[in-house]
Amino acid sequence: MSYTDTNEGKIAHAHDPRYGINVMIWITLLSLTVITIAVAGLDLGNYTLLVAMFIAAIKSGFVINYFMHIRFEDLLFKLFIAGVIMVLLVVFVLTALDVFLR
Amino acid sequence: MSDSTVNTNGDYVNFYQYKGKHSGILGWLLSVDHKRIGLLYLGSMVLFFLVGMTLGFFMRLEMWNPGQDVMGPQTYNALFTLHGIIMIFLVIIPGIPAGFGNFFLPIQIGAEDVSFPRLNLLSWYLYTIGGLLAVASLFLSGGPIDTGWTFYAPYSLRTGTEVIMPLMAAFILGFSSILTGVNFVTTVHRLRAPGMTFFKMPLFIWALYSTAWIQIIGTPIIGITILLVIVERLFGVGLFDPAMGGDPILFQHLFWIYSHPAVYIMILPAMGVVSEIIPTFSRKTIFGYGAIAVSSIAIAFVGTLVWGHHMFTSGMSDESRWVYSFLTFIVALPSGVKIFNWVATMYKGSIKAETPFLYVMAFIFLFSIGGLTGLVLGSLATDVHLHDTYFVVAHFHYVMFGGTIFIFFAALHYWFPKMFGKMYNTKIANIALAIMVVGFNMLYFTFFILGYLGMPRRYYDYLPEFQGMHQFATVGSWVLIAGILLMFTNLFLGLKNGKKAGNNPWGGMTLEWTVPSPPPLLNFKKIPTVKYGPYEYEHYDEVTKNVN
Repeated sequence: MSYTDTNEGKIAHAHDPRYGINVMIWITLLSLTVITIAVAGLDLGNYTLLVAMFIAAIKSGFVINYFMHIRFEDLLFKLFIAGVIMVLLVVFVLTALDVFLR
Repeated sequence: MSDSTVNTNGDYVNFYQYKGKHSGILGWLLSVDHKRIGLLYLGSMVLFFLVGMTLGFFMRLEMWNPGQDVMGPQTYNALFTLHGIIMIFLVIIPGIPAGFGNFFLPIQIGAEDVSFPRLNLLSWYLYTIGGLLAVASLFLSGGPIDTGWTFYAPYSLRTGTEVIMPLMAAFILGFSSILTGVNFVTTVHRLRAPGMTFFKMPLFIWALYSTAWIQIIGTPIIGITILLVIVERLFGVGLFDPAMGGDPILFQHLFWIYSHPAVYIMILPAMGVVSEIIPTFSRKTIFGYGAIAVSSIAIAFVGTLVWGHHMFTSGMSDESRWVYSFLTFIVALPSGVKIFNWVATMYKGSIKAETPFLYVMAFIFLFSIGGLTGLVLGSLATDVHLHDTYFVVAHFHYVMFGGTIFIFFAALHYWFPKMFGKMYNTKIANIALAIMVVGFNMLYFTFFILGYLGMPRRYYDYLPEFQGMHQFATVGSWVLIAGILLMFTNLFLGLKNGKKAGNNPWGGMTLEWTVPSPPPLLNFKKIPTVKYGPYEYEHYDEVTKNVN
């Protein structure tokens, strides 16, 4: 139904293979995983969780932007992702309100 | 676009008559037509609803006398668990979106189908597999699960009953729900007919759209939580079991982060149906279209943040308790916006009190009681007194049953002529509704009083002073079931022998009323161009003059 598929061209373009970048991202993700495991062996006290979450957030950023192609998509998709991340943050804060103040 | 609405002789062909690649039962099981898939869902849900209702019937029978009547405590525990799992995961959550949403979303936005028809069929198969697994778990060696539908840890980690299979069932059902959500969001964004802007969409579509977002965002959380419980049961990891250093309240957080928004997955589509039925039978433009549309999004958003009100007595921090209590009260605002706008729509309308409209009236009455008693439970002090009593059971049955299921029935009566091209006996339908409302209130209003007096939920036994009220409620359950059976029988007879329904028997203005009953395979002979809002009755003649 051509009258609605106005983004067809852009989507096709977004799926162009970028093997070089994808392999680099993959290696970065593997490296970050190694760092996560290494850091888990250190005694960082209360910061253990924060550090692990920080590394996980960086990894998610790479996956969302490159493997999920969001970097190359319309603004609408980026807004959706931003909205979902906001909800996730609020959920974290509300849960932390209990866990840390109980 | 090939013309699927006529055969080689030029006669009109509806989607039942259309000869595709497969015929007979395969024509249904392998069809990717959104209407057939919607009907598959509806058929499955009615079946599961009858199973859940039968379980409820036996639970009430057990409560006739104090002590053991027809079953022991273990069987009673299994019965209320399965009643909850079946009614929530197999009937109410998928209910209106997967059944009526699948059938009517593409037609109401002027599309030929959903964006991903094959994914749609896969959703139904996942739903069926999940449902069968839940029922099959009854017959495994460990015995039926007895944790309650909430699977609270650490009990769900330690009970000897069969827990993993029903958990897997819920996990698979969750996948089905996510796929439906993804399909609906994409369809609404990409397949709207020319001219149909977001603010010209029917309010049912707004409700489905908001619901779809909750399905996408919330459901993975319950999926992960379920997997964690399975991992802990199998490998003793110690995530939720305090004996192994775990945190059982964390399980409650994770469970309710999904399961409270799931309440809005259940009720928002019902509110969407109400917003369709009221203008149609008031023959009047809906009051506050924008406010109702935006309130759906607001309920979806704020509803995502209030899960902690299920945990006021769990031992969580005081700061959390008042924050969640405060947020809970905020949800009442967009809900109130809807109720007031519906009532304002009826004001000075040319009301035709047909069966679907009467169902909506019953809904407003029952849902208001459910909603207001929700505020009693949302208040910290009163919740401590009423937590885990029959008051809570009464509250959520008024909201879930009096709200969602009554509107599921309303939708069934509203769209029946469109889906099947036939009409049921409206007089019997009205009588069935009256019987149901009487039985419903006998059963569940008594629960409010029992709960206030201290009757705890999930007990197969009770103190002798509660016997009179328990027996009154049980008689109410019989009246309610009689009404439900009469309603289904009437619809079945309408399906078999009912008079032919016109294309627009109620005088509706949304696009489904501009196509024949039942609709053709691809819904429209020609994709319509939308000029007016969905309830602008001043343009009624222009919009409905040419049945597509």
